[in-house]
Amino acid sequence: MSKTYLLEIGVEELPARFIDDGKRQLCDNFTNLLKEERIQYEIVETFSTPRRLTIVAKGLGEFGGSEENIVKGPAKRIALDDSGNPTKALVGFMKGQNITREDIIIQEYNGEEYVYGKVLSQGKKLEDVLSSKMADVIKNINFPKSMKWGGKNLKFARPIRWIVSVLDNSILPFQLEGIVASNITKGHRFLGSQSIVIDNIDGYKDILKENFVIVDEKERKDIIKYSSEKLAREKGGSVEKDDDLLNEVTNLVEYPTPIIGRIKDEYLVLPFDVVTTPMKEHLRYFPVLDDKGRLLPYFITVRNGDDNHVDTVVKGNEKVLGARLEDAKFFYKEDIKHSLDYYVEKLKTITFQEKLGSVYDKTIRIGKLTEKIANYLEVGDETKRNLDRASYLAKADLVTKMVTEFTELQGKIGMEYAQESGENEIVSLAIFEQYLPRFSGDNLPSTTAGAILSMADKLDSICGLFAIGIQPTGSQDPFALRRSAIGIINIIMDKKVNVSLMDLIDFSLYIYVEESGLASDFNKVRAEIFEFFTGRVKNLFLDQGISYDVIDSIIKTGTDNIYDMKIRGEKINSWVKDHNINDMLTAFNRLSTLAIKAESSEVKRDLLSGYEVQLYDEYNNLEEKVNTLIQKKEYDKALSTLITLKEPIDNFFDNVMVMVEDESLKNNRLALLRKIYDTMLRVCDLTYIVGK
Amino acid sequence: MFFQDLMLKLLNYWGEKGCIIAEPYDVEKGAGTMSPHTFLRALGPEPWKVVYVEPSRRPADARYGENPNRVYQHHQLQVILKPSPDDIQDLYLDSLRAIGIDPLKHDIRFVEDNWEAPTLGAWGLGWEVWLDGMEITQFTYFQQVGGINCALESGEITYGLERIAMYLQDVDNIFDIRWNSEFTYGDIFRQAEYEHSVYSFEKADIAVLKDLFTTYETQAKNTIEDKLVIPAYDYVLKCSHTFNVLDARGAISVSERTNYIGRVRNLARMIASLYIQQREDLGHPLLKKDGGLNE
Repeated sequence: MSKTYLLEIGVEELPARFIDDGKRQLCDNFTNLLKEERIQYEIVETFSTPRRLTIVAKGLGEFGGSEENIVKGPAKRIALDDSGNPTKALVGFMKGQNITREDIIIQEYNGEEYVYGKVLSQGKKLEDVLSSKMADVIKNINFPKSMKWGGKNLKFARPIRWIVSVLDNSILPFQLEGIVASNITKGHRFLGSQSIVIDNIDGYKDILKENFVIVDEKERKDIIKYSSEKLAREKGGSVEKDDDLLNEVTNLVEYPTPIIGRIKDEYLVLPFDVVTTPMKEHLRYFPVLDDKGRLLPYFITVRNGDDNHVDTVVKGNEKVLGARLEDAKFFYKEDIKHSLDYYVEKLKTITFQEKLGSVYDKTIRIGKLTEKIANYLEVGDETKRNLDRASYLAKADLVTKMVTEFTELQGKIGMEYAQESGENEIVSLAIFEQYLPRFSGDNLPSTTAGAILSMADKLDSICGLFAIGIQPTGSQDPFALRRSAIGIINIIMDKKVNVSLMDLIDFSLYIYVEESGLASDFNKVRAEIFEFFTGRVKNLFLDQGISYDVIDSIIKTGTDNIYDMKIRGEKINSWVKDHNINDMLTAFNRLSTLAIKAESSEVKRDLLSGYEVQLYDEYNNLEEKVNTLIQKKEYDKALSTLITLKEPIDNFFDNVMVMVEDESLKNNRLALLRKIYDTMLRVCDLTYIVGK
Repeated sequence: MFFQDLMLKLLNYWGEKGCIIAEPYDVEKGAGTMSPHTFLRALGPEPWKVVYVEPSRRPADARYGENPNRVYQHHQLQVILKPSPDDIQDLYLDSLRAIGIDPLKHDIRFVEDNWEAPTLGAWGLGWEVWLDGMEITQFTYFQQVGGINCALESGEITYGLERIAMYLQDVDNIFDIRWNSEFTYGDIFRQAEYEHSVYSFEKADIAVLKDLFTTYETQAKNTIEDKLVIPAYDYVLKCSHTFNVLDARGAISVSERTNYIGRVRNLARMIASLYIQQREDLGHPLLKKDGGLNE
């Protein structure tokens, strides 16, 4: 008969952001235990609310499976006497392991023969495993931040207050630091019973629902989603889609009841984000939008409870939102008394980084850097003018009252205020776009000015901080430099920017030297930054399905043009997949091994003969074609052309001796190989490609 | 419910639960946590239960008595339960019922909030408690105080009395809170709010205050040398408040700020270790009380 087991960890309200992972760990720890003990199971279901993490395991075996282990015994020369009979030592070993002669085998270990016993260990009883190991299953859940309480020798995200442990409808007893597992759980904090007996695992979800706890998070999420949509539709709008917020709210309540409240019209004149940010970030309200995406004067909040006395709850929430928006309105009115450029001077009072100066200093550097990049990329005069203005205003919003209060609005407020101050559309948008992308998968800048400003801002941080030795280590990346580097790379790829990474790094580092006389080991720092970027490029390419050997083969060409690297990566990757290349690789590996010994690639044709001439001529026939293809970035076709040399190369090596006594002959042959090698390197270094 | 009744009801409620009903500590401070009833007693293995109202000064929050929500000085009602009992959340919710807040008629939530006081070298995990979206209480399990791990973790409950009163009395301006049937909050504090604002933002003598900070700091250090915990701690509180005034006055640059905070924290740490040593030398008298402090 298979068994069913339920474990519920009853906790004080867990942080919403920890719940999903905590539940996953609980499930993993539990299934790992079952595997370790070779206990069969059909399925382990998981449920969670802010106050409980639950697993229900079905189809559990009553016993773990038995297992044969090989146990090392004494050396053969000690275990057996001259006539092959067991000595006292072996008898003792067999007795200890509870085995007989049939279970003994001889195996060599470190040059000496030993006896080994085949020991059959019986699987343990499910009850025994659970009662002795469930405490560890719980203890081994780790949270990003955990705490101790009440003098217990135990850490968890928040205090554990009860444990339900039921096997086939009766208590499976164990203790966790004085917390005794039982079959009693609690319902909703206010609406449900505080003592519910779980004597039927199948009825767990239902009895909790009767007590105002919807333990299945998917069900809660659906309720929130559909009831909110319904409320919004009644007002002629729809709920702003925000999966993060939806997930968070799902993990904040046990019994969700969405309710709708009103935003006073006087606040709707404020910029969209100024109204929605406190709503979403601070109060976890869902904004309601009309079909054009404009804000309607409503918000939806999700009460943790039923719909009794909803009016009181709505009124209270309206009051709280009102107070928040009143603040925002005050900040907005104060801020727009001045135009945006008024705030630039004030950036002198904010430190960017102690050694790298104020945010004003950064503003000046960004201005110079955008100018250099704009010239390098030969953008039009109008874009240059816009960039110049946008760079100057880029950070101004950081000293406004609004951004001081709502830091997450940086850039957005800059854009709003720029428009208020009469700046043109491109300048305003670039101020916002400097922060893109803010997270993985975020939008990239849409304008050229925004893209260049965004690259300059990030590049300035990366180069400056590397120069003073503040670079990311392990999980420490306080200035989010990794994200910045990835942002730059994504922008380059998206905008198809043809730029040398080394040039970009140099632009920024030179500005630091010129502006602030920042002293550092220039070559060391630029190499470190380059390495840092290359690491990110590798990861990004791997994520896009380009295999690591192809990536290495491209990096070895010495290119530092990320956009070009991307094209190479994609084309060469699919080329490698589509071609049977093993024989070809062998040929080019042989060629490369010798080619790197060459001192020049000047070939004297008159010194060549036979297969050398054949190789030389065939190469010359395709050299121009390959070069043209490389210029057109048709790297796959370039490779297809190059590998037609396989046969002449093979013939060459089969028939020609390269390392001969005659220096001039030898050097001429090496030069021939080098010439081909150099051309290959302009596409990729084939010696890094791993064959199939 | 009048403001004074709100205080009395909560004090009585926790008094009945075995807490010492203490008076505010008579040195300026920014939060109830800074009272020695909390900061020191949270250290070491001895149990403790206390409730008190703490007038808390935040010079940077001063608004000349003109802002409906922000003031130089507000009132915190602080509860320390050490060790935190298993039913601490239920005790808290009952205290809300005691002041007329019926959870069935509202939406009460425990929303993650991790508390940290850099000047005290203290942190803990817990929640802010929301009443229909409004934060009314800070609820924290102390983990570290004075840079030292808590040997026995305390539960700290800090009620924001003004916010609760504004909600219960349905007023939108702090100064309209009715203290009792005859006087409002404004009658008592508005002029003080104005004067403290003028002082903190415009008049405070920066040079004098900077000197005072150093003087208090030296006095604290000397007193620590003499192993006098409480008098030394009084000077730490004075340092902390002096720093807050200087900060509000705009007299402290970013890098100086870190330095000042570090100096206060350093003193707090020394005092925390000294206190732990002192209690150990005394043989932890509260551990030996018959049956401890728990009922």
